[in-house]
Amino acid sequence: PPSSLLRSLLARSQVGGALLARPAAATTGRTFATKASKAGDDDTPFEVDVAPFQVHKLESFPEPKVETTKKEVLAFFRDLFRMRRMEIAADVLYKGKFIRGFCHLYDGQEAVCVGMEASINYEDAIITSYRDHCTYLGRGGNMYEVVAELLGRKDGCSRGIGGSMHMYLRENNFYGGNGIVGAQVPLGVGIAFQQKYNKKRNCTFTMYGDGAANQGQGFEALNIAALWDLPVVYVCENNHFGMGTAEGRASKSPEFYKRGDYVPGIKVDGMDVFAVKKAVAFAKEFVVENGPLVMEMDTYRYHGHSMSDPGSTYRTRDEVSGIRRERDPIERVRKLIVEMELATTAEIKAIEKECRKEVDDAIEKAKACPEPPVDWLTKNIYSSKPNSFEFVRGTERGIQHEAY
Amino acid sequence: MFSRKVLTPSLFSRFATTLVQRSVKTTPVSLGSPYAIRGDPSVASGQVKEKMNLFTAINSAMSIAMENDPTACIFGEDVAFGGVFRCTTGLREKFGEKRVFNTPLCEQGIAGFAIGMASMGVTAIAEMQFADYIFPAFDQIVNEAAKYRFRSGGEFNVGSLTFRAPYGAVGHGALYHSQSPEAYFCHTPGLKVVVPSTPIEAKGLLLASIRDKNPVIFLEPKWLYRSAVEEVPIGDYEIELGKARVVKEGSDITIVGWGAQLHVLADACEKAREDQGISCELIDLRTLLPWDRETVAQSVKKTGRLIISHEAPKTCGFSAEISAAIQEECFLHLEAPIQRVCGYDTPFPLIFEKFYVPDAFKNLQAINETVNY
Repeated sequence: PPSSLLRSLLARSQVGGALLARPAAATTGRTFATKASKAGDDDTPFEVDVAPFQVHKLESFPEPKVETTKKEVLAFFRDLFRMRRMEIAADVLYKGKFIRGFCHLYDGQEAVCVGMEASINYEDAIITSYRDHCTYLGRGGNMYEVVAELLGRKDGCSRGIGGSMHMYLRENNFYGGNGIVGAQVPLGVGIAFQQKYNKKRNCTFTMYGDGAANQGQGFEALNIAALWDLPVVYVCENNHFGMGTAEGRASKSPEFYKRGDYVPGIKVDGMDVFAVKKAVAFAKEFVVENGPLVMEMDTYRYHGHSMSDPGSTYRTRDEVSGIRRERDPIERVRKLIVEMELATTAEIKAIEKECRKEVDDAIEKAKACPEPPVDWLTKNIYSSKPNSFEFVRGTERGIQHEAY
Repeated sequence: MFSRKVLTPSLFSRFATTLVQRSVKTTPVSLGSPYAIRGDPSVASGQVKEKMNLFTAINSAMSIAMENDPTACIFGEDVAFGGVFRCTTGLREKFGEKRVFNTPLCEQGIAGFAIGMASMGVTAIAEMQFADYIFPAFDQIVNEAAKYRFRSGGEFNVGSLTFRAPYGAVGHGALYHSQSPEAYFCHTPGLKVVVPSTPIEAKGLLLASIRDKNPVIFLEPKWLYRSAVEEVPIGDYEIELGKARVVKEGSDITIVGWGAQLHVLADACEKAREDQGISCELIDLRTLLPWDRETVAQSVKKTGRLIISHEAPKTCGFSAEISAAIQEECFLHLEAPIQRVCGYDTPFPLIFEKFYVPDAFKNLQAINETVNY
């Protein structure tokens, strides 16, 4: 684009004025794919190339080409962007002390849950760790419920009692939201067992991180899953750091997709939403027929482990910004949209604006929501009466709070 | 006689509102307890002292232990860079990576590994990042560490083993960063359970725990890591395990606590003395297993009244053991039933923490009730 001096010179003449009026960045003369979609053609499929999948003990595995449509790409962009905005807003809220406790942010990893949801339905189950805000959204939860839960208000998805780490959505088979590292992995296998037992053609995605990959209970449950051919996908979201410990210093073998040994595995670029979509579609088909599969998502988190961790004592800022530059999931999708002219800059900006508004509205509404009433402290400890305890023993002798 | 009142929600919220209002206005009694009690001044009194907080004192203890014992090793999750609470700062630089090292994220593995090392005679100091995460290791601790000496008829033991874990409420810890699991371990013969309440105490008790010839669970009150500061002797000293400390002498009522709760109790005692002239005898138990029955019983025989307070839930909390034992020994000396002011029988809540914890007000009420019984 012309410098400001040149600009002012050009503006004085008629020809110069015409030159200035042309759009600054023109995508000229480049065809991206043979079946390129034009604006207005929502459902024509076209192919996107992804990185080849690395596999372990898999004879047939997916081609590195993914079919998608303009509609889907724009939906991906919207979902990725709104998740990113929500996590960044959560950062600000935490620093403003609206969110207390522990807050583990997912920004950088959004492509994993967005890509997954594109290939599965709500009859399939997901269970994950404490880094669950975006997974909850992906499962069909709404942003107000997430933000209200983070703020500890009664309209939150767990009534304000669970907090950041414990978000659940029963009707869409999202089993949370678990604070203890690795404890959710065997639970996922149990869910898969129930699916097989009830003869459903659905599967379970039991998600954990590279740190949790070393928990013994994961291996115990994997053995059971393989023995009984359970439809479970072990999704290792490898963001390369178990809090402050790099994967190489915690795991003898950081090739997590091979950790299953006798269980086949596949490694996916977890920051490419299309690769995730393809791999997950393959995984679902595979496990329903054949038993467990280990899927490693190579991803990255921009924030530290949680809001108490600056994220810079064990990795360089250059590393983080490098990943942001090269592999950011949102930027990749944006680049695709721009290069294939799936939407104009104005349309992209409009989507972004809508997402920002959604986040702002959710925050405003959540801030206005009241906290749960104090007597909910004794609620839901046991199943409701008359099954069990009448009262919860309190600290004052002779005064008891009702349990319900 | 007391009347059984059922606190309806409206009554409770009125009580709660009063609680909050009072906490804003009055000092020193407050919901977030200040650090009220100082460590035993007679301990290592000849030594040079330096201002330390709890994590620095613990760091100092481990440093001394490592210096004097060439087999000592410290390991756990993220301890190499200093640990999430800075307790192991500088130790890797000082003693090398072969003695201070990180483990992968597997508590059961850490515990088993530590037990194996200790059975060879190596001094193993294993850290569990939070006491809430000690449960995968529970089998190893209870079934292996605690019973090794017994089942081998004395052939083997894991006496040189110490587990360190931060425990207790911290204001925003919620379910999995605030638990007090001492009762589970006190129920296991073969283990010792130690809980310090100030930096001086922590250093002395940790050195004693590391050198004790039995596996010890050392629970550190995370609330106090930064907020508890005092002049701590810089040299080597130990505080005997199994002996409680009478922090404040009194004549009307005995109050027993440990860890961070001790400071809450000190607040309540001070308020009781100011407002009603009640003279409270405050005892810091220090070691929970084996606990100092004699000191507590002697005190109760003098005062005739007892309150025990801890953050852990009431049912089967460690206060139940103290309560039962004291009523056995001091029945005829008791003027009022023994009161236990504890957390509710619920999981440790996030948003309701202020209502859950046994704060100074609840203890003050218990003191009043007991004295006026």
